[in-house]
Amino acid sequence: MPVTFRKQRRKLVAQIRGEVDHHAAEPLRREIDNRIRADKPSVLRLDFRNVTFMDSSGVGLVMGRYRLLRTWGGKLELSGMSRTVERIMQLSGIEKIAAVITEKGSSHETRTNHEAGN
Amino acid sequence: MKPVQTMKLEIESRSVNEAFARAAVSAFASQLDPTVEELSDLRTAVSEAVTNCIVHAYRNSVGRIFITASVYPDGMFSVKIRDKGCGIEDVEKAMEPLFTTLGDERAGLGFAVMESFSDRVRVRSVVGKGTAVTLYKRIRGRADG
Ligand SMILES: Nc1ncnc2c1ncn2[C@@H]1O[C@H](COP(=O)(O)OP(=O)(O)OP(=O)(O)O)[C@@H](O)[C@H]1O
Ligand SMILES: [Mg+2]
Repeated sequence: MPVTFRKQRRKLVAQIRGEVDHHAAEPLRREIDNRIRADKPSVLRLDFRNVTFMDSSGVGLVMGRYRLLRTWGGKLELSGMSRTVERIMQLSGIEKIAAVITEKGSSHETRTNHEAGN
Repeated sequence: MKPVQTMKLEIESRSVNEAFARAAVSAFASQLDPTVEELSDLRTAVSEAVTNCIVHAYRNSVGRIFITASVYPDGMFSVKIRDKGCGIEDVEKAMEPLFTTLGDERAGLGFAVMESFSDRVRVRSVVGKGTAVTLYKRIRGRADG
């Protein structure tokens, strides 16, 4: 499954997995749209922590979901973005339409990166 | 400058080949001992150019995509992604961030990403004949950490 969902009251968290290119974006879009059309969450959080690759198709995916959410006044959050994913998102000025959630207590993440960096 | 060596790859414009194309180019570039970040930048830029051939150049058909990658003695790496599709009417305009001819699911950021993730992008296009995008990236590698 390229995306799994978790509900936190009126917030829906969509955990995206694997590579987000044009090929993968199609099924992702379908699954997310089916779910949010049914749930009409007031907040949708797209979580990128398990995304291993993303190109501009990922930005299109975010923008498209934003447009749909807006039809019932839903808000969009983005979390778990790697530095590369964030760099691509920033080219689009996505911060204007979505709240970017950064980790609190990032000490764990810092330690992991340090160890991986040999 | 003459390349040290060159790799050619020809694929069909099917979306399933996007991952293959960027993996193949990145594997070929590995001989320059690139950093993880340099390889990741290269994969992203290649993915943009290949996707454009699939979604724009051969929009309602399947055509062939020609990829040529070259390694130069000074550590420069180039990859040309060429199609025989519809071509681009106004290249300068097409390269503007957020410009897209395909609305809804496209952000219009492909060229902006290519420019930001490589050192130079050259585009040659003839309407009705096709487009060639060449990405240049200097690989500094892991040598000086
Ligand atoms: N190989 C190509 N053949 C024909 N037209 C192209 C080609 N590459 C790009 N274009 C044109 O240039 C425009 C801009 O391309 P760009 O990659 O920047 O954005 P996009 O593909 O529309 O959106 P995104 O890349 O964000 O999904 C495209 O909308 C298309 O009109
Ligand atoms: Mg594109």
